[in-house]
Amino acid sequence: MTTIQILSPLPGVFYRRSAPGQPPYKEEGAPVAVDDVIGLVELMKSFHEVKADSAGTVTKFLVDNEEAVVAGQPLAELDG
Amino acid sequence: MAIHSLLVANRGEIAVRIVRAARELGMRTIVAHSRADADSLAVRLADRAEEIGPPPTSKSYLNAEAILVAAENTGADAIHPGYGFLAENADFVRAVEAAGLVFVGPEAATIRLMGDKIAARGVAAKAGVPTVAGSPGRIDSPAAARTLVARLGFPVLIKAAAGGGGRGIRVAHDETEFDRLFPQAGMEALAAFGDGGVYVEKFIPRARHVEVQILGDGEHVVHCYERECSLQRRRQKVWEEAPAVSLPGKVRRELCACAVSLARSVRYRGAGTLEFLYDEDSETFHFLEMNTRIQVEHPVTECVTGIDLVREMLMIAGGEPLRLRQDDIDLNGHAIECRINAEDPANGFLPNPGVVEAFMAPGGPGVRFDTMLYPGCTIPPFYDSLLGKLVVWDQSRASALRRMERALTELDLTGVKTTKPLHQALAADRDVRSANVHTGFLEPWLERHRAKLG
Repeated sequence: MTTIQILSPLPGVFYRRSAPGQPPYKEEGAPVAVDDVIGLVELMKSFHEVKADSAGTVTKFLVDNEEAVVAGQPLAELDG
Repeated sequence: MAIHSLLVANRGEIAVRIVRAARELGMRTIVAHSRADADSLAVRLADRAEEIGPPPTSKSYLNAEAILVAAENTGADAIHPGYGFLAENADFVRAVEAAGLVFVGPEAATIRLMGDKIAARGVAAKAGVPTVAGSPGRIDSPAAARTLVARLGFPVLIKAAAGGGGRGIRVAHDETEFDRLFPQAGMEALAAFGDGGVYVEKFIPRARHVEVQILGDGEHVVHCYERECSLQRRRQKVWEEAPAVSLPGKVRRELCACAVSLARSVRYRGAGTLEFLYDEDSETFHFLEMNTRIQVEHPVTECVTGIDLVREMLMIAGGEPLRLRQDDIDLNGHAIECRINAEDPANGFLPNPGVVEAFMAPGGPGVRFDTMLYPGCTIPPFYDSLLGKLVVWDQSRASALRRMERALTELDLTGVKTTKPLHQALAADRDVRSANVHTGFLEPWLERHRAKLG
């Protein structure tokens, strides 16, 4: 098992859901396949999907929903 | 109640604009800002600044409670909401008034009424203002919707009742597409606006977007003529002008009279804009929606009428009667506004936050640049990409276009990519120069001219 971090591709605000009231894309402990969406980053009112580039299991989100992030900041950890 | 101390609950260029207008009226100015905007131009210009929360808008500029606390801490007696954020939120207006403060804008009930796009269509129809053909109200059942669109003919628009400002709109070109989009539109409206109500309108593809600026004091209403904002990308305005050169004088008079009767029918107070679609072939116009706030593109109206709209709205909010009579308001010359956004037109308009290295504003006769920029300022990634509005005025549209080209050349900004190259290409375009445009013009134009936008 290796620990893999998913990094934010852009600066902005991180969201774990597609819209308020919707379930999170991924809960901690959920399996993730390559290209699965794990969250959104809002950059100047435009929304960009954050995708996993390797498969595994989400062990931990490192950033809360609606928290500010910088480009390259680790968002979540996978065991893969 | 006269306003002595004004809290600006907004950011960017509009916060700067409001601070300037308030100071000219002798008011003390306070800017409520997020942590990301602590060094913003509005904060630097204001008498006082108060931090209201971390960068994300839900925790700062949309946090009504934090804004009211800031007003109390700083002794403000009024709040100007600018545009966007809480400007058209009736609950916020009620909370401001319950705290004993003045809200610079219309009454909460007016905002609620006009914010429901279906109710607004009803108000327009009752005031004798033509609306776009469509459903008389919310439409829930797919069967009823299908009967209606069979009568209207395709293409049609499916719009969210709680939408507005270009959000929550879909186009259906045929029955299959309609059947697919109609249920989706309801679900998405529920998720985005907390209200799943939708309505259907006939889509007029080659229409122009014209809008009338009005001012009211709750009793009297005047218009300040119209703007044309047909150049849009993803339903967001890019370039605006005043007046709309495509309107014959007779149609202009009818349009402005309709806007005044609609606003008068709701006893409108403050600055507002009524948006219409104009079909040049039939010389007819149809009401779309009303915006109950100051708009981004208000400076073009200020240039052609000589009226300071933000000053007037502050005076009205302070309880003074409207001091302008319709006969005092003349239309003079032509004005154009280009929105300078932190977006890279050569790369799909990707937003481009960062640090501005060098900045020099254009100047000279007839040039105004409403902006949040200064050399070394930071453009945070959390907010709208609008950096500034380059506005020119001249005696004719042809000379205003030449002046805009000259001003764009002077605008010097390094460190972040902007939409300046887009505006230079537009200003040189034959169709733009002859005002031969409509709301569907810009997007295919961008496809054809991608190479020029680098």
